[in-house]
Amino acid sequence: MQKSRIESWLYPTDRGLYCEPGQFHIDPHLPVDRAVITHGHGDHARSGHGAVLATHETIEIMKVRYGADCAGSFAAANGGQTINGVAVRLVPAGHILGSAQIVLDWQGTRAVVSGDYKRSPDPTCAPFELVPCDLFVTEATFGLPVFRHEPAEREAHRLVASLAANPERTHLLGAYNLGKCQRMIALVRQAGYHRPVYLHGGLRALCDLYVRLGVDLGDLRNVTDSEPAELKGALVLCPPGALSDRWSRRLADPLTCYASGWMRVKGRASQHGVELPLVVSDHCDWPELLRTIEETGAEEIWVTHGREDALVHQIGLMGRRGRALALVGFEDEGD
Amino acid sequence: MQSFAELLDRLVYTTARNAKLKLLEDYFRATPDPDRGWALSALTDGLPLRLPIRKTLATILAPHVDPLLYRLSRDYVGDTAETVSLLWPDARLNEPPPRISDVVAEVSAASSREFPRVLESLLGRLDVKGRFALLKLLSGALRVGVSARLAKTAIAQTFGREVEEIEEVWHAVSAPYADMFAWLEGRGVRPDPGRKATFRPVMLAHPIEDGDWQSFAPQDVAAEWKWDGIRVQLSARPGDVRLFSRAGDDVSTAFPDIVQAFAHTQGVLDGELLVLRQGVVASFNDLQQRLNRKTVTGRMLQDYPAHIRLYDILFDGNEDVRTLSFIERRQHLEAWYERFRPSLADVSALVPFAAFAELESKWQLARENGIEGLMLKRKASPYLAGRPKGHWYKWKRAALTIDCVLMYAQRGSGKRSSYYSDYTFGVWKTPDELVPVGKAYSGFTDEELLRLDRWIRTNTVERFGPVRQVKPGLVLEIAFDAVQTSSRHKSGLALRFPRVHRIRWDKPVQEAETLDAVKALVPS
Ligand SMILES: [Zn+2]
Ligand SMILES: [Zn+2]
Repeated sequence: MQKSRIESWLYPTDRGLYCEPGQFHIDPHLPVDRAVITHGHGDHARSGHGAVLATHETIEIMKVRYGADCAGSFAAANGGQTINGVAVRLVPAGHILGSAQIVLDWQGTRAVVSGDYKRSPDPTCAPFELVPCDLFVTEATFGLPVFRHEPAEREAHRLVASLAANPERTHLLGAYNLGKCQRMIALVRQAGYHRPVYLHGGLRALCDLYVRLGVDLGDLRNVTDSEPAELKGALVLCPPGALSDRWSRRLADPLTCYASGWMRVKGRASQHGVELPLVVSDHCDWPELLRTIEETGAEEIWVTHGREDALVHQIGLMGRRGRALALVGFEDEGD
Repeated sequence: MQSFAELLDRLVYTTARNAKLKLLEDYFRATPDPDRGWALSALTDGLPLRLPIRKTLATILAPHVDPLLYRLSRDYVGDTAETVSLLWPDARLNEPPPRISDVVAEVSAASSREFPRVLESLLGRLDVKGRFALLKLLSGALRVGVSARLAKTAIAQTFGREVEEIEEVWHAVSAPYADMFAWLEGRGVRPDPGRKATFRPVMLAHPIEDGDWQSFAPQDVAAEWKWDGIRVQLSARPGDVRLFSRAGDDVSTAFPDIVQAFAHTQGVLDGELLVLRQGVVASFNDLQQRLNRKTVTGRMLQDYPAHIRLYDILFDGNEDVRTLSFIERRQHLEAWYERFRPSLADVSALVPFAAFAELESKWQLARENGIEGLMLKRKASPYLAGRPKGHWYKWKRAALTIDCVLMYAQRGSGKRSSYYSDYTFGVWKTPDELVPVGKAYSGFTDEELLRLDRWIRTNTVERFGPVRQVKPGLVLEIAFDAVQTSSRHKSGLALRFPRVHRIRWDKPVQEAETLDAVKALVPS
């Protein structure tokens, strides 16, 4: 494949994607002097960098997860900044609170590094904003045509309906602690569920942060502070890893739920012993990936985390140049 | 179709029996005829539709999906029907989704040439769950963890009946069972099972317990050997002879020799199915060669000759004798046998005894092949469906036990899904190599389960999905009924009905049994 123009100034290194004239990395997985961070998930935001540029929300998330001194210095992105002559703009990615696409303009070419993103609505974060560009760097977490997420509102209604139909069973919902957890709470609130929601200890800090940053989540309580009788028939959230833990034994006849894009495939859902799988994801499904690639108008598409082979093949069918960016360190976040 | 699709989707993920029953009952209550009948048919005997579904799917999918993307998807999902249901373009919903009865009508009216077009049209009117349900329906096997018996139990509970009542009429009705639902809802008469050879619910025994002995005198009960075969019911009417398992599954096709031998008889009889050579009962292993066979070769009939040892009668000709006492039925049975003299059958002898001590010594000596112990039946008891207390007792020969070493543990299901409750255990092949000889799921208390679970978590050496391999460090005393040779286990042996007898926290693993010692227990 011929070397593109863009690759002379933006390219993958063993620390992550590097912008040479700007002298910064985007979402590096090893410590660097200067990092621009798309969002707070562990495979994108790591501790130990010198200077970090990110949205205000992402910075707050990093401080909660890694401590206030997890980077040498923080700068919250504003409307637009210039780093060593490269114009850098952070625009909403619609993935989780604070998530941003990094828009880079250099000598008349534009690259958009989207981090993780989705196109469907989410009451806990700003919606994805489309930026036309020459190079679009996309994720491919759900990069197979079998992945089509259900409307999240409908899945939330199924959960609320199940709570009503099974008043004697505690509904234990596994949800990733950053983003999915808060989105699910906001969704059941929208669906008319106003009883207290109980949290596993591992979810508390980030829920509190969301509330502090202005996301209304209603009455939240800790499982550890609650009487077993109070939890009967209640909605309890925990990290996915805690679903089949001994931790759940205190709950009355738990009905295990799991909110994730992986729940689309029965084998994946049964693997987790899930009784009520909810197909809700903070990533694009296949049609959203294709639509976005089309709409950016980008001639060149770089693909990161996930099933790159299928998406790169599809990009070829769409008459564009696709390339699997074998960046290490990105992984499925249990989403 | 939408509500049936939702039902299947929920059943796939539900493991607890009661939760499955609740889903089924909610469905049967809310769904009108004839859709609920077709659904019931799909859950029990399968819809009467057999079509070249696999071949057709490949043809109709081709214009919609790139072949490489299909292959990558199929590899990831692992199931063709599910992959197609996920890949098929979503309905534009300008047409209402088909009901199950529409599916049955459209598919059964289609010629094989028209079938691809019909299937395409049906898929186009359904959402992803509907498409999955449709493809499962048409492929004949739902595989959602619901047995025919469970579906019938749900029907019974929905309408406040006993499952035995459903089974009584089951063979007299056919999908979509409008007459059965009319009867269940009090709108019609009970379908008459008298016309065909039908299954009647069987009477089951309880294990005898120490306290039971005081409740009867020796002259109150009759004793029979407990044969190590399979409980069956033979139901015969002119032109229709069927063999049923005790759960009511029709197993006639696997036993054409038995069906033939009873062709001239009439009645419903209870007995034990055995493989019998020159009057000697062969091992259970031999009987297994005949079970679950779709086709039976002449060779099989010769090598594994089937035989029924009769011990009760429910219908003598057309006469329902279930309300008579055991002794009266026994007279009917013997007279019936004299009348028809079917080959491949005999009547299980009564074991005479005057005192329990005498019976016990006979029981002690009963070690020959094919005998599992004794049955005690109250002479005055009628034939009662189900497992009524205080009528029939099984007095199994004392189980054998061996000390085994815990090798693997797996998470249980349902209530036990957060515990490691399924155990694979082995014995020493050499002083440092264990080989598995069986699996056990029962025989311990909840407290013991907790302690076992803790032990397993702290002694895990490797994990494979839901399975943990543990270091050899715990002896389980395993009780079982017999040892057989088996090609399934690496050890070449298998235990019949193994269960945990005691957990030997105290015992060093080196003192567990050797493979050679266990081999010596195989009956020659
Ligand atoms: Zn992310
Ligand atoms: Zn990511």
